[in-house]
Amino acid sequence: MNKVSLRSILSQLLLLLFVIIWILPTFGLFISSLRDKDLLAISGWWSALTTTNVNEIYRMQGMDEQNQADNYFIITDNLFKKNSGKKIETFGITSKKINEFKVGEVAIFKDKSTVTVNEDGLYIWKSENEFTKKKGKRLFITASSPPSFTFDNYKEVLFQEGIGQAFVNTIAVALPSTLIPLIICSYFAYALTWMQFFGRDTLLAIIIASLVVPLQMSLIPILTIYNDFGALFGVAAKSYPGVWMAHTGFGLASTTFLLRNFIKSLPNEMMEAAKVDGASHYDIFLRIIIPLSIPAFASIFILQFLWCWNDLLVGLVFLDQVPSEIILTAKLKELLGSRGENWEILTTGAFVSMTVPLFIFFALQRYFIRGLVAGSVKG
Amino acid sequence: MSILDISLIVCLGIVSFILYFHISNYILDFFGNNNLKRIKFENSIRVLIFIAPACIILFIFILYPVFETIRLSFYDKFGREFVGLYNYNWAVNDPEFKRSIFNNLAWLLVVPTLSTFFGLIIANLADRIWWGSIAKSIIFMPMAISFVGAGVIWKFIYEYRGPGDTQIGLLNAVIVSFGYEPQAWLTIPIWNNFFLMAIMIWIQTGLALVIFSAALRGIPKEMIEAARIDGASELKIFFSIIIPFLEQTILVIWTIITILVLKIFDIIFAMTNGEWQTGVLANLMYDWMFRGGGDSGRGSVLAIVIMIGVFPIMAWNIYKHKQEQKI
Amino acid sequence: MADININTVNKYYGDVHVIKDVSLDIKSQSFTVLVGPSGCGKSTMLRMIAGLEDINSGTISIDGQVVNDLPPKQRNIAMVFQSYALYPHMTVFDNMAFGLKLEKRSKDEINERVQEAARILQIEDYLHRKPKQLSGGQRQRVAIGRAITRKPKVFLFDEPLSNLDAALRVQMRVELAKLHDQLNATMIYVTHDQTEAMTLANDIVVLDEGIVSQNGSPMDLYHDPNNLFVGGFIGSPKMNFISTKITSKSSDKTEVDLMGSAKISIPKTSASASEGDAVQLGIRPEHLTVNADSDGSWESKVFVVEKLGSGTFLYLEKEGEPLVVETEGDSNIKVGDTVKVGFSASHCHLFDSSQQAFK
Ligand SMILES: Nc1ncnc2c1ncn2[C@@H]1O[C@H](COP(=O)(O)OP(=O)(O)OP(=O)(O)O)[C@@H](O)[C@H]1O
Ligand SMILES: [Mg+2]
Repeated sequence: MNKVSLRSILSQLLLLLFVIIWILPTFGLFISSLRDKDLLAISGWWSALTTTNVNEIYRMQGMDEQNQADNYFIITDNLFKKNSGKKIETFGITSKKINEFKVGEVAIFKDKSTVTVNEDGLYIWKSENEFTKKKGKRLFITASSPPSFTFDNYKEVLFQEGIGQAFVNTIAVALPSTLIPLIICSYFAYALTWMQFFGRDTLLAIIIASLVVPLQMSLIPILTIYNDFGALFGVAAKSYPGVWMAHTGFGLASTTFLLRNFIKSLPNEMMEAAKVDGASHYDIFLRIIIPLSIPAFASIFILQFLWCWNDLLVGLVFLDQVPSEIILTAKLKELLGSRGENWEILTTGAFVSMTVPLFIFFALQRYFIRGLVAGSVKG
Repeated sequence: MSILDISLIVCLGIVSFILYFHISNYILDFFGNNNLKRIKFENSIRVLIFIAPACIILFIFILYPVFETIRLSFYDKFGREFVGLYNYNWAVNDPEFKRSIFNNLAWLLVVPTLSTFFGLIIANLADRIWWGSIAKSIIFMPMAISFVGAGVIWKFIYEYRGPGDTQIGLLNAVIVSFGYEPQAWLTIPIWNNFFLMAIMIWIQTGLALVIFSAALRGIPKEMIEAARIDGASELKIFFSIIIPFLEQTILVIWTIITILVLKIFDIIFAMTNGEWQTGVLANLMYDWMFRGGGDSGRGSVLAIVIMIGVFPIMAWNIYKHKQEQKI
Repeated sequence: MADININTVNKYYGDVHVIKDVSLDIKSQSFTVLVGPSGCGKSTMLRMIAGLEDINSGTISIDGQVVNDLPPKQRNIAMVFQSYALYPHMTVFDNMAFGLKLEKRSKDEINERVQEAARILQIEDYLHRKPKQLSGGQRQRVAIGRAITRKPKVFLFDEPLSNLDAALRVQMRVELAKLHDQLNATMIYVTHDQTEAMTLANDIVVLDEGIVSQNGSPMDLYHDPNNLFVGGFIGSPKMNFISTKITSKSSDKTEVDLMGSAKISIPKTSASASEGDAVQLGIRPEHLTVNADSDGSWESKVFVVEKLGSGTFLYLEKEGEPLVVETEGDSNIKVGDTVKVGFSASHCHLFDSSQQAFK
């Protein structure tokens, strides 16, 4: 008994370890996307979860903000943004001694001006002489910072960085690229299963072979076709319909294969009953196969949709990398190259690109898994 | 283009396919009659209506390109002049090509093995723990994420700052807290490949996991109980009952991941773009497709090399299919 | 209404010859039952009549029209399948209305016909349910209802009762017989249960490995089996067979050896038979009587006694061959007893070495 429970505890711990390792990267990204962008680049995301001490440098306001009262020139402001929740513990006025003064103490600059800093970031900088510098002096503070999160990054990324547009573009790519093969392949799979025609078995073998043909095999010839086609008819070689058809082509084999397996599993006698009832193939397809295949459609829809949503290569090759056409993954890759240090854009952009897949994942996990288990092999 | 325009062409694209099938079948029914000879003819037309779009697309996007790619591999960079084995010759002598092959092989060796291994272990662990399904969900989740998204996630793990600075990358933070020097992980040749592979393993373990879980449910409980009554240890049960039972499943998962890994592109493209000796065939091919206006000959050779990699799997699939047809 | 003529029909699945030169005439409004052991080609026969299976050679005609190339919907038939084959996503009403809707009948007509069929089959209360929510018997009724609504000339049944439990099977059997009277349609019915065949049929067709073994009324088949196979197949429990030899033969009688010294003279002959030929003597269990002297008799030990209440089966053995006797009522014979069973010569059947019956 003891031995059993020990083993169970050990296996629980092991599993927990796996879970932590697997969730940590995504979790980190999520937290990062909610952090203040300035903090993002100077401290690890994990520090955002607890109250931490941070050393920061601020510059006080310059001469434009000064007021005069009781023979003193005063500049006063708050170092922090509103509701930052930070609490200052010590501060300094030179980079060598950043912890020289406690909160509330008075620090004296070389020019005899004095400054006091409150815990909440409010400072009062007093001088008998008028301030004459455009820029204020620097303050070095040590503050305790509670966890704080913001949606600012999302606002910025969605509306200024073009991620919002890329999001729409991605939908415009993924939705037809999923539905078109689903429509075409359901007829195809039906014909392969229930219609008699010459070459059916060969066609099936070709489908099975195509399942694993890497899409790299198709890239160059298809790009050539598109270019020729575009030149011939004076239209853009790279366009949405082009991507749809490319995705349809690359998803055709696996969609057909999965659908055929499903349709084949429907009872034979039911089709025959319908035939005897006077149904044509089209009647059977519309009124019997389609309604009964809804769960299979759901699974395949999810697989293909995620594939198209997450694809980079096809979108890169068959679409122009311009704002009106660029898809999320390509946009992200672009940002990775050009804005590699702007972590707030990267993390938030990545998370935006993951929203739809994650939503589908959590809402429709059952169908997703069913589709995968049905033996998905993608070419 | 505004959102309205986009949704309009999206709808148009989808509806046109639905209409094609509906109208063509409707016309066929409309002109149909019960004349004996016509029935056979109508049936063939119906078959044609059902399969034509798929066949045309299959031909244009898969079959023709396969042969065209093979043809192009014997032609110059514009696909105009026949150059014989020149491109192949180039590939064999190209150091970049060799490195890509080497890296691809390393990926093929490591990723399917570890993904399958972790998947199997986790499936077994999660199977008998009450919160197992939550654990499975979490480990499965990366499957839903794009490779590029995963790249960003992991860039954040591998991020490097100078020795004095605060490390914002998790891995370096851990290393530093143990008193070691921080490393720029992705720029250390050879090893960086493994850091990239970790991303793929992180993603694909979920796939292995769900398929194994489904298969584990198929193991008859009586079989394991009988073994337990016979006094077999858990480890013994695992190796002499569960593993042999899952043999087929292991093979399937292995193949699926192998195929994926053979054409791995996105992760490397996003993370290192093949620099620091991390390039693989698909990246090299992409490079040659667009480098200096594109070289379709060399690109094709690289595509064919990838194709050769999947060929045994393809042959095996068709063989299996033929076997099933016979039953 | 509809005669069905089947003329030297052959069917191959690949190299396997499953229907061999079958010719049949099925009379209008008859209830014809196809029986035979599993795999003998009953379903194949039925599916060829329905148009679900191509014919390799020969012709099938309904009402004088050759239908070889007609699709099922133009043959004016309806079929009820062993697995019911209901459409799981449709309600009972829609299941029954499906064929009519495809014929583009008016709403009122559809409604009327479905209601009528539902009334006949007593499933009016379930019309809004899905097949999943019905019991096996109810599903079977729906399947039959689906056939009735279309008012076909010919009904085809492929083992419609085999998925039901014994009690329900008997009940449905009776109802099918009633239905046949009500509808006055031609019905062809496949089963491998000979009781169903005997009770339902006007005409029984016994199939054996793709060949029609015998075709006739149930009583013809019972009293006058054409061959060993039909003799053994029709009747329950099975006919007893005893290997023996012809000792002498005359113009209207054949005398055979009765193991031991006795001989029996049976009023049947065969032109091809001659003295000394090995033959099989067949007697039905119900024609053997215990402790009665008749034209012939045996003595034997009882091995098993099965009491059914209404009757008792005794399992004997004679010269290594099993022998079943059916007696009426509760018998007091015990295992180990030696009994004498007698039988009359007119109840005996003889089959020659090629299994053909003496007439
Ligand atoms: N599609 C097929 N392909 C090849 N052989 C078949 C096919 N369908 C049936 N057969 C064979 O044809 C023979 C007759 O089959 P059929 O289904 O008519 O038998 P049955 O008399 O209905 O048997 P049961 O009582 O078991 O239903 C069988 O030997 C069967 O194996
Ligand atoms: Mg059958």
